[in-house]
Formats: sequence, structure tokens, C-alpha cells
Amino acid sequence: MMLLEKTPAWQQFETGAWNNQIDVADFIRRNRTEYRGDDQFLAGPTVATETLWQQIMNLTSEERLRGGVYAVDASTPSTILSHGPGYLNRELEQIVGLQTDEPFKRSIHPNGGIRMVNDALEAYGFQADPLVTKTFSEYRKTHNQGVFDAYTPEMRAARKAGIITGLPDAYGRGRIIGDYRRVALYGTSFLIAQRKQDLQDRGGFLSESMIRDREEMNEQIRALQELTELGQRYDCDLSRPAETAQEAFQWVYLAYLAAIKEQNGAAMSLGRVSTFLDIYIERDLQTGRLTEQTAQELVDHFVMKLRIVKFLRTPDYNDLFSGDPTWVTESIGGMSEDGRSNVTKSSFRFLQTLVNLGPAPEPNLTVLWSTKLPRGFKEFCAKMSILSSSIQYENDDLMLPVYGDDYGIACCVSAMKIGKQMQFFGARANLAKALLYTLNGGMDEKLKIQVAPKTDLILDDVLDYETVMAAYDRQLDWLAELYVNTLNVIHFMHDKYSYERLEMALHDPEILRTMACGIAGLSVVADSLSAIRYATVSPIRDADGIAVDFKIEGDFPKFGNNDERVDQMAVDLVKLFMEKIRKHPTYRDALPTQSVLTITSNVVYGKKTGNTPDGRRAGEPFAPGANPMHGRDTKGAVAALTSVGKLPYEHALDGISYTFSIVPKALGKDEPTRIRNTVGLLDGYMGGTTSKGHHLNVNVFDRETLLDAMEHPELYPQLTIRVSGYAVNFIKLTREQQIDVINRTFHGAL
Amino acid sequence: MAMTHGTIHSVESCGTVDGPGIRFIVFTQGCPLRCQYCHNADTWEFGCGRSVSATEIIEEAESYRSFFEATGGGITFSGGEPLAQPEFLEAALREAKQKGMHTVIDTAGSVVPKNIDRILDYTDLVLLDIKHIDDATCRILTGRSNANTLAFAKRLAERNIPVWIRHVLVPGLTMTETFLRQTGEFIRTLGNVERIEVLPYHQLGVYKWEALGLDYPLADVLPPNPEEAAAAQELLDSYLSC
Repeated sequence: MMLLEKTPAWQQFETGAWNNQIDVADFIRRNRTEYRGDDQFLAGPTVATETLWQQIMNLTSEERLRGGVYAVDASTPSTILSHGPGYLNRELEQIVGLQTDEPFKRSIHPNGGIRMVNDALEAYGFQADPLVTKTFSEYRKTHNQGVFDAYTPEMRAARKAGIITGLPDAYGRGRIIGDYRRVALYGTSFLIAQRKQDLQDRGGFLSESMIRDREEMNEQIRALQELTELGQRYDCDLSRPAETAQEAFQWVYLAYLAAIKEQNGAAMSLGRVSTFLDIYIERDLQTGRLTEQTAQELVDHFVMKLRIVKFLRTPDYNDLFSGDPTWVTESIGGMSEDGRSNVTKSSFRFLQTLVNLGPAPEPNLTVLWSTKLPRGFKEFCAKMSILSSSIQYENDDLMLPVYGDDYGIACCVSAMKIGKQMQFFGARANLAKALLYTLNGGMDEKLKIQVAPKTDLILDDVLDYETVMAAYDRQLDWLAELYVNTLNVIHFMHDKYSYERLEMALHDPEILRTMACGIAGLSVVADSLSAIRYATVSPIRDADGIAVDFKIEGDFPKFGNNDERVDQMAVDLVKLFMEKIRKHPTYRDALPTQSVLTITSNVVYGKKTGNTPDGRRAGEPFAPGANPMHGRDTKGAVAALTSVGKLPYEHALDGISYTFSIVPKALGKDEPTRIRNTVGLLDGYMGGTTSKGHHLNVNVFDRETLLDAMEHPELYPQLTIRVSGYAVNFIKLTREQQIDVINRTFHGAL
Repeated sequence: MAMTHGTIHSVESCGTVDGPGIRFIVFTQGCPLRCQYCHNADTWEFGCGRSVSATEIIEEAESYRSFFEATGGGITFSGGEPLAQPEFLEAALREAKQKGMHTVIDTAGSVVPKNIDRILDYTDLVLLDIKHIDDATCRILTGRSNANTLAFAKRLAERNIPVWIRHVLVPGLTMTETFLRQTGEFIRTLGNVERIEVLPYHQLGVYKWEALGLDYPLADVLPPNPEEAAAAQELLDSYLSC
């Protein structure tokens, strides 16, 4: 690192391992200034901020009027250098850079699949470009084509029936976090030189994987060169390290911008930048280059850019993940391995954007919560949650021992060491449908086609718990194998046809990959098994012997009431399916993990699944993520939190999502009490002795507000709610999803 | 030792208004009073409800310890009338205190059982609902005299057990300056009252009366407006500060 030793960019920073190798975590540990005070120092928006934000609000309402898409460049597939420069208002914006040459104009990413692009264009009233279509049909194969060449008939059937669904086989997999901070700390010249060295180290006998590594590394180098050129278009010399706070924000943003120009991944998460950037702000505050007002302005302008990330996606996709989410997840806070917290003044400043710019779903502000965080920060988080319902919380005390102190959340709940780990996103398997297949000999109850291998129907008049469990266990064996195989196909093809060059350039050469499986319908299955065990459940069969409904006599314990009898069933299910997943070999030797997360797809899964033995009607939504079923958690919020907190994180390392809604009054009579109790709910949920929750979305509002917003969307342009691992603009949800949200349990509702 | 059982109506794991912090609320089944504004009329009848042992209810509360510790919360026995099940209450409170839990009883003090002193040995705070300071009106409002309640308040004062007074503000019944001042005068004599909570009467429990096939006596009474509630609170608070 001789090259950088004398760089003015590093003046006043404490030196360490980070000077001799890429080690952002070490830089942060040595240089951050922990802040233990309250929110009194924060500044409001500047005039420039207000002007720019008004411009964005106007564009947003114009976009709504135009049916959801403002404009598209349908002829130029997006690459790092395909478009731009583009500006909102060059005179006012501190942080520059747009995905295309114009704000809100979207671009196309056909590497994932050309049909998806053309369907999306047509759905929003735009013309598909014949040349692009020809190119990506005849000359350049896409990820989607590759996957379907390799899929087996069984995989196609499972996908069609929806026992496995949401798969990234026609869209970008996302959930990879480039370490965008490296560009600010080291500059691209150094990163390129470093990767060239890595490439030199890979010689000798070239195995298939070595050949792939060499090809990928050269692609990464090329992507870094393109990023440098993108910088030049905006008059930024990214080849050298950032010298000021403004440059650090700008370098990080341009690196992120290059990633989203190259990839339309389902979740394009940012990582953990606020405390890193705070180091630059602190230095500039000391030298007088910045004031609190101008520091906040940098944060506001940076966040503003993250709020207007746009991708072209089909309405189908939006059925699954509604509200146009991009999952620009930013992880804030958490503890450090040195025993102090990672809370800095900029942790506050990032949350303050919810005031300065108003609430918004993006960036997906994620607080890494530890019971040991400074009190002042905890209370500020609670205050902002009560105000905006825009924050999610994840348990740092659970994650730090697994991932260290420089991990970030991708998408909703997926932790990964930044720059050292990536995941192969695997959507989820429908465990509730698998239970119906168990009863129905592998026949799909809706499509009436044989999806799983034919087995005997369970024809008992009254379902017997032991019999059902034994057969369900075998059904899950089949499902786990099929599921992992399907993911292997998808990620093989994604690497081949839609490789994330830039994001991977901002990783170490050797990384840990995880195969991130997931499950949906956990509470439906737990309650169903509980009903079979503790009540009397008699299937009602149609002429083909398919159980199409269930007669349930007697009461049974339901998940979400801190009742060990059924909670343990949910715990066992998580463990059981994970153990089955672990048995199968994975592409690139990825480490298998799973999540209990549905995002908003709980609605679609429900639609595709017949009546279940817990009394849920066919078509009714599942509960999202690890939530108890709507309205069945009758003992109050703390009991529900305690039930969910029992789910074993070690068997769901990709995250366990719980979305929680409470009416303001139920938190206490006045604001100080509400803040204290919100802090207490988080500390109690995540720091229990027997129950340690992983993730919590905190929504604080009355049901009436949502009902009113359904009727008068124009009055609620910024009404934000947490759904499952992300937040949405409530008025962008489909009506069906709005109703689902309203029907969820509101704790404290009389 | 034989298990002591009680009958309960329900529990609420996230109580935030019945005592400090986040609290596990046990609503006991059965109440001797028949308050005209009762919003939990479904807890009146004795002899129904769910039978639970003191041990199991405290074990359940124990599983919420982390929430209590984070907020200074604990367990609250409400009702119904918790003092109407004195053996159960004593056993449960004793076990709670053995586990170091903060304990509250939310009572109208209308029945004072023989083991009241042992109950109070394990009680950290009493939420005492003074239904009406005027005995005659109290009989109309609740069906019973207020004598037990006022005597109980004095006993709590003698034992110096912290008390939060609760008082439901009903236009035409309690919301008169005279009655409020009389209530304040009484509170002033006690010396152990930490807080007074004026609870504006509301009609959110009326559906329960309908479900029980009962006529709701205050059907024509509108809830007090926020200004009236604030004025009553201020008036009563003035007796605490002097």
C-alpha cells in the first residue's frame, strides 16, 4: 500500500491494519467517535433540501398519475456507463448521480430475462424495442433462459403450484452488498491494483472453479474501471480516496449507483455506511469545513438519492413484493467488538431524515439493536418509530457473535459480513401446502395435478397427529431436496448470465456464500398441527379423495400466545426443515441457511393454498414471516413477542421476521411513557432469558388512519408502514394487500 | 402444599396503564359491584371463568421478566375484583415476590378479606378505585356502600403502602366540583397517595352489556370532553401537592 501512504485523504486518521490491507472494519473501530447523548444537536432541513424534496414529491405524484412509471428508456440496456450524467438540480444537490439521464426515468436490465422486461414495458404502456428483443433472444442468452433449460419437469410443476415460489429465476437475485465504502477509503486505482494481484495468485492448474474465478476477477476489474469513468462524468476522481466528507458520501453513492445501473436485483442493499461516513464528518467538523447544518444536508441529500432508486418491474412482481421496493437497506448502530457501540452522531442524522424529508419506505432503515446501546440512541429510535413507523430492528446481540461487528442486512433480515460474504437468495417453500400434499398423496389441492411423488392418501376420518407428522416428515424430505436443487440451478445460471461484476469487485477474493432458503406458512402449519393434536380435525374430501376442507371440533392452542404446547411445534418445524435442507449439496459449496420471512408474498401464498386444518380458509393470506395468524394472538403483544422470540436463530440464520402493529395508546398515556415502553418492548423481546427475538418491524398507528388512507390516498403521500422486512408507501399497496395489513392484529385495539 | 387455584377472565401480557412499566395483567373473574359504567361487565359473574393455579400464573408472568426489567414493570391483578379471591391472590402475590417481581393490585376495595394484611405484605402498589365519595350516590352507582373502600384506603395509609387513586369521571355522577373536592379532601388525609388518575368515562364496553343481554344504564350519558377531564385532574392533583 505504498501508493497511499502519503495520501492527504488519510490525514488525522488513526493508522492500523487498514493501512496495509483492505480492512474497513479496522478503520471504523480505530476512528469512529461514539456518541452517547440525545437528539438535541440535530439540525433541520436547509432550503436547498426542502426545494429538492419538493421537486421529488412533485415527480412522485406525477409518476402516480402516469400509472406508476414516469418514463423508461426502453432501447438502452442499463450498464454502468449506459446513461448519464443526470441531475435533479445541479446547483442545489450536494450528492450527484442518477440511474439514467433524467430523474425518475427507469432503464431496462434484460440480462435477467427479456420477457420480463417486455411484459413490464407493455404493462405500463411503453413499447418494447425490437432490436433489444432480438439481441436478447437471438444473440445473447439470458439468466431466465438458462434456468428453464435446466429445470426438471418436477421443478416446473412445483413452481406452477406454488409450493416453491418467488424464485429469482426471471429477475435479478439481489441480496448482495458491495462494500461501497472501499471506494471512498481506498479509491478505485488501489482496488484495481489489488484485484490484479489476486488474479496473479490464481495460476497453475486451472480447474473449472479456478477458470471461473479468473474470468470473474477480470470482469470485476473491468467494472471498477467503468466505475472510475462514471465518476469522471460527474467530475469526481474516484481513482483516489475521498478527501472530505462530501467526497466520501459522493464516492460511496457513485459506487452504489454503478451497482444498481448494472443490476436490477430484488434487494439492492447499501450495507452499513453511516458510522463509516461519520468519521469523515467528524474530521470536517473539527477543521471547520462543515457545520451541523451542512453535515445534515449531506446526509439528507444522500438519503434523498437512495429514496429515488427505481427499477422497471412487472405488475406480477409487484403482487409479490408490492409498493415498488428496492431494499436499499442501511444498517445503523450495533455494538463493536471493542465493547463500545457503533452509535455516532450520524446514526442520529440518518434517522433524522425521517423528519427532514418526512417518512419513507426507502432507504430501509435498520437499527441493529443491542440491549447495550446507549440510552439516548434507544430513546431516539423509539421516538422515530412512534412518529414514522419506518424503522426495523434486528438483534445485534444475536448476530455479532456470528458475523462480527461489520455486517450489514441485505434486503430485510439477511445478515452478512460486508465484503466478505454473499448469499444466493432462495425465496421460500410453502410449508402449509406441503402439509396438504401430505394428506393428499402429493396431489395439489388447487390445481389437481400430481406435484410430489404419489403416496397413499391419509384417509382417516379423524386426523391422527402421529400419523400426519410421520408422513409430513417424508413430504418435507422431498420438498427440501427439490428446493435446494432448484436453487442450485438458478444460481448457477445467474452467475453465468447475470453476474454482479461491480458488487463482487467490492468483496474479498475469497468469500463465504450462503444458500438462503426460506419457509412460508409457519404459523399456519403450527396451528394446524396443534389443531390435529389438541382438537378433533376431520377432513372433508371431494370425489377424488382430496381433502378440500376440515371440520374442527374443540379448541386448540395457537401460536402467538406464549403457549409452549404449540410454540414448541413451531420451533421444531424450523429446526426440522433446516436439518433437511442441510443434507443436500449446494452450488459453489454455499452454506445452507433459511429465513422465516415472506415479505408481502404471504398474500399470494395464501391465494394459492387451499383450506388448512387450522381453520384458515382457502385463499386467505398467511401471516407474514414468523407472525402469529391474524387475530389469533389474544394475550397481548408481549405474549406474541415471546412466542416468536422462541424460534431458534441458529436454525434460521437468514433471519426471522416479525411485523408488529400497536396502537399509540397501548404504548402508554404520554410520549415519555410510550418511548420508554417501546424501548422496553425491544429490550424485552431481544434480551429475554429464554426468548430472543431476531427481528421486529414496529408500526405505531390506529387502524382508522389506514382505512382513511385507503379512501383518500392523495392525503397520505408519505404514509409509511412496515410490512415484512421492509417498509412501503401504504397507498402503493394493492387493495388486497391493504386489507391484509388492516386485518392484522393491532395490539391494544379495543 | 396444595395448589391454590383462582378463576380468571383473561390475561393481557402488554399492560401499560395499570401500574408502572409493561405489566402482565391478570383479570380475575367475579366482582361484587355493579358499576353503571363498567367496561368489563363480562367479569362480574362468579363461578365462571378459567381455573388457574397461582403457580402457573406466576410462571407465565416470569416468562416476561425481561420486559418487566426493561421498563420497571411487573404483574398486576385486576378484575373483576381481585380481593374477592383472597387465597388465590395471597398465594400468587407471595410467589411473585419470591421471584422478585413488582406487584400491583387494582381494586375498588369493596371487599376486605380476612387475610388482607398478608396480601398487603406482598403488594408493592395498590391502584385504588374510589368509585364515589358520597355514600348514597355510591350505592346508586355501584350497588354498594363506599364504607369498605374508604376504610381500606385508611388501612393502606396506616401501612404506608403506595397508592395510586383512580377515579372515573362521569358527567352527572362524579363530575361535580363538590364531589371532586370532597374526594380531594379525603385523599389529602391519606399521605401515601403517589398519583391520582382521572379516568374519563367511555362507552367502549357497552357492547359487552349488550352481549350479556343487559340494559346499559348510562346510555344517554356522553363522555366528558378532554378539557373537562383535564380540569378534574388538575383539581384533584391540587390536593396532592399541598
